[in-house]
Amino acid sequence: MSSTVVSKTVSQPIAGTKASRVRFLRNPWRHPWFLEGFTWLYLIWSLAPIALAVLFSFNKGKSQATYQGLSLRWYWGDKVNSIWYNPQLHSAMFETLKLSALTTLIAVPIGVAFALGINRWRGVIPSSFNFVMILSFVVPELIFGVAMFFIFTQMPGLKDIGLGNVAEVLGLVTWNVSWPAIIVQGRLVTIGKQYEEASADLGCTQFQTMRRVMLPLLTPAIFASAILVFSGVIDDFVIVDLLSSNATNTPMSVIIYSTQHGGNGGPALNALATVMLLMSFVVAGLGYLGYRLMTRGQRVDGQQALTAIAGAEG
Amino acid sequence: MAIQPPPEAPLAPSAPPARKPGRKPKPYQPNKLFWVLLASPGILWLIVLFIIPFYAMLAIGEGKLDRQTESPVAVYNPFTWSSANFVNVWHDLFGTGAFAGWIAWRTIWYVALASLLSLAIAYPAAYFVARFAGRRKGIFLVLLIAPFWISYMMRMLAWIDLLQTNGYVNKVLSFLHLGSPNWLGGHWYTVILGLVYGYIPYLILVLYAGLDRIDPSLLEAGRDLGLSRVRTFVRVTLPLSRQPILTGMLITVLPMLGDYYTNTLLSGARDTSMIGNLIEGQLSTPSAGQGAILSLIVLLVLLVPMIYYVIATNRASRAAT
Repeated sequence: MSSTVVSKTVSQPIAGTKASRVRFLRNPWRHPWFLEGFTWLYLIWSLAPIALAVLFSFNKGKSQATYQGLSLRWYWGDKVNSIWYNPQLHSAMFETLKLSALTTLIAVPIGVAFALGINRWRGVIPSSFNFVMILSFVVPELIFGVAMFFIFTQMPGLKDIGLGNVAEVLGLVTWNVSWPAIIVQGRLVTIGKQYEEASADLGCTQFQTMRRVMLPLLTPAIFASAILVFSGVIDDFVIVDLLSSNATNTPMSVIIYSTQHGGNGGPALNALATVMLLMSFVVAGLGYLGYRLMTRGQRVDGQQALTAIAGAEG
Repeated sequence: MAIQPPPEAPLAPSAPPARKPGRKPKPYQPNKLFWVLLASPGILWLIVLFIIPFYAMLAIGEGKLDRQTESPVAVYNPFTWSSANFVNVWHDLFGTGAFAGWIAWRTIWYVALASLLSLAIAYPAAYFVARFAGRRKGIFLVLLIAPFWISYMMRMLAWIDLLQTNGYVNKVLSFLHLGSPNWLGGHWYTVILGLVYGYIPYLILVLYAGLDRIDPSLLEAGRDLGLSRVRTFVRVTLPLSRQPILTGMLITVLPMLGDYYTNTLLSGARDTSMIGNLIEGQLSTPSAGQGAILSLIVLLVLLVPMIYYVIATNRASRAAT
């Protein structure tokens, strides 16, 4: 008896705060602070290591683990080991750009034409090849790379090509052709058939309809897929690792891997990785701006443009 | 009166004569050949550089070994295939003293643990950004997507820098008197960390896109009908995010199973090696034929989830029409 009375009288002063806490917890629209904190922790965990890796590329000393002061030594200060003067690191940068450009130029037209044809041509053949195309999107890259390695080292006819630039581009195109094919098909579904029918009613031939109606409508999707292919090749590792043959056709990702794995890592590798990062971010930035420009006047906001150039939206 | 244009009535009869009399209005029927021509470069490309390579892989796996050059020889005629490589791989996987069997088990455990951890981290973050970020959604989205644009190798390099024995992680740990472990000395947890860190951007993107598409009015309806916040999540959001979760898991699990570089960079030890390391290690050796068979076995095992993915993608694109 007495204890309840005591507790009542004691709890009286703090009842207000308790009630407010309960009210706060019961508020159905309260801000999810826990989730927000979690998200920030995740973002720090995912981005801080990258920021530190960039910082180490400007390191004065030889360490990849301790920051010793700011310098551009590993970019061009060092006449032997910097990425500008070391012939292998230097050529790797241009090799990456070359592979990206060639792959994009070949994969995007093939993929777009494939998407248009497959999407409108009904039957068993197109649907099975569409199946094969999506399969090429999800097959583990190592398994595909091994198959490619075998045809360029063993198969009569293709063996003469051998490993190297041509093999790398052929492999990368096959690996990336599914981006434009999937994205353009997704866009075709949302566009529907009415524009095509209208232009046919107005007397356009099929070719004119493609050229004057469909291609302009598809431009943002084609552009987004080109951005994805280009940046995908910059970041690609497995295929180029398996299909490159010597220093002249080894791109940045493979150099970083093999040098670090071989125990010769150093801030120069961080500098190379930073250049790679910069390339990807420039491509992404241009992609974002270009996409916004192309979808001007349509109901596409910045967030949609962001996810589109990351391949998460048709 | 006469000046006024007659409304509507005279317009109606003027419309039909636009079509020529006597000819039926032809429905839009495009020429199929045009589509065939458009699709054919892609189809040819896929045949020559996707289907044939896998046949070549089979031919090498079922082929024989040239004793002189110590290199595998492909046999393209299925009637003269030899099963020597297959028998060898089978023994390595399931026989006594099977070293590859352990590697396969380890791969399954690593990938299962890494992908579940990824999901546990990625889902709340994607959920928050899709649903609660409000006006700051743009900036959250940029930060969330940024790792997607950073190359895998750079992300591994970043952790190699941090996890070195004199790296910043150990500096913090020894400051807290928690010792300084040799992270890169071949430990399973470092490999798991690498796998989670490496593949989470792809997962988070898929989850975000899926969660962002959920119509908020459905959630409001749930709340209006008296469900608590948690129950709305369990009864509405979670069922609606089943498809993105499945797609996202596939998109992380499939490449993880073919991963060899995370392991070599962050551990390099034999007792953490995965099936990818085994396949890659056999490539330029006399046992390349066994590597081919192993790749094909992995491919066969993964065919079910891959076909599921293809069907799910097709269904999703049909649902959008």
